[in-house]
Amino acid sequence: MSSAGSGRTRPRGTPALPKPVALAAALGVALFVLPLLGLVVRAPWGSAIAELASPEIATALRLSLVCSLGATFCAVVLGLPLAWLLARVDVPFRGLLRGLVMLPVVLPPVVGGVALLLAFGRRGLVGRWLDAAFGITLPFTTAGAVLAETFVAMPFFVLALEGALRGLDTRLEDAARTLGARPGVVFRRVTLPLLRPALASGAVLCWARALGEFGATITFAGNFPGRTQTLPLAVYAALESRPEAGILLSLVLLLVSLAVLVGLRHRWLGVT
Amino acid sequence: MITDQPSDRRRKQTSSCPHGHARAGRVYPRRSRAMLLCAALLQCTTFATPVAAAELTVSGAASLTAAFGEIATAFGNAHPGATVRTNFAGSSTLVQQIREGAPVDVFASADESNMQKLVDAHDVAGEPVIFARNRLAILVARGNPKKIAGIADLAQPGLIVSLCGPAVPAGKYAREIFAKAGVAVPESSQELDVKAVVSRVSLGEADAGVAYVTDARAADDRVDAVAIPDALNVVARYPIAVLARTRQPDLARDFVAFVRGGEGQAILARFGFLPP
Repeated sequence: MSSAGSGRTRPRGTPALPKPVALAAALGVALFVLPLLGLVVRAPWGSAIAELASPEIATALRLSLVCSLGATFCAVVLGLPLAWLLARVDVPFRGLLRGLVMLPVVLPPVVGGVALLLAFGRRGLVGRWLDAAFGITLPFTTAGAVLAETFVAMPFFVLALEGALRGLDTRLEDAARTLGARPGVVFRRVTLPLLRPALASGAVLCWARALGEFGATITFAGNFPGRTQTLPLAVYAALESRPEAGILLSLVLLLVSLAVLVGLRHRWLGVT
Repeated sequence: MITDQPSDRRRKQTSSCPHGHARAGRVYPRRSRAMLLCAALLQCTTFATPVAAAELTVSGAASLTAAFGEIATAFGNAHPGATVRTNFAGSSTLVQQIREGAPVDVFASADESNMQKLVDAHDVAGEPVIFARNRLAILVARGNPKKIAGIADLAQPGLIVSLCGPAVPAGKYAREIFAKAGVAVPESSQELDVKAVVSRVSLGEADAGVAYVTDARAADDRVDAVAIPDALNVVARYPIAVLARTRQPDLARDFVAFVRGGEGQAILARFGFLPP
């Protein structure tokens, strides 16, 4: 039906590529590929094992795993109910609520870090009270790094889960209910298994974002070796003293990101 | 009705834009718009060229932020047509940027070893010269609530201390001071430049930090300073140099001379720097 209009000039599906478009597209590809190539070419392949085994890098690697997995855990525990609320419950100002939840996706992470500092810092709105009542301070602690990563990464999980909840065939849940299943059972036996693919991809995406977090972490949690100096912070610090190590760590992060993308390509990018 | 709609729209379209450009033609024909854009771009370049010819990029240690900001303005006033662009960060960060090819004309470091890295890499034209000195101080929250009297107090357990990383001059000097005092360097956050130490202390996230006397003076409405006695203190010597890749060696040399001259030195003294 729609081919009639364009059919006059050229059959659909085999558009000739105009030269300026091809050139611009090639430049676009180069923009992505050249930096990766730069990393690969400059990486100190000879001393790679020794660099990665050095104590400070091993510490940063371990800390990054702990923080990113901790942040993913927090995101799942808090994000699943939140996604449920956004998808299923008729809350007032839902659009505004969703906007607030999605804000960290577009907010510059440094701004997120400043905001976290003003809320959970030692003189922050909540932080002041936490410090006075429990002696808990979050900046410069691993818990602070986890908080910063959760703040930045959780929206990715909520986004994935809300979409999945909306796309769910509610008749299956209705059927379970009419057969006498209680709400908890329906959730555990019907909803959760249906959500499993979205849970997995949302959690992996959230984990990858948490692993790469830099701005909010360094602003809120500081650059404290062994406590808050995660891989991206270690990359930045290493570039000044040992650039080779920085390049190698960048490559590690690149490979992880690439693995996540390739692993999720069906679900996330809609390509095969 | 529904099937008619697309063909309806198509007819409307073919009637109003026979070449597909007619809608744009209401404002400008597409080709002339493109020409306008080209003209605008050309104009930009013709404007940009003379300015670029007299533009100097100066990379300075973070501790020089306020003083060099003022020196840049004064230099611009003394050299009509010349603009100084400044870039402040930890000296070690700046060295890294320059070694990776950042287009910088003049570099002012907060220590000699970072400058030496550039000299060794043949990135410096001529010899670096010392243009200022600085000392270090302990920064604490206003009113000194933790009652910090000296370096030894920074080793108290539970105290949150903020220092620069060991590659950053202020971090290296701080570690020298701890060594002289025979005090173990407290576990601390490793800031990437000295301004971050000031902000950690002034925000109250850290109880104390080690930074320059000039930083304490610049932030004296937000932090208090505890002096470090001369016997333990370190004198930071600030070298400046014209870089080998500069496109304006004359203007760059003028800038270095200006910093070392009367007006530059007066500005530095006003911010608390010691003469070389």
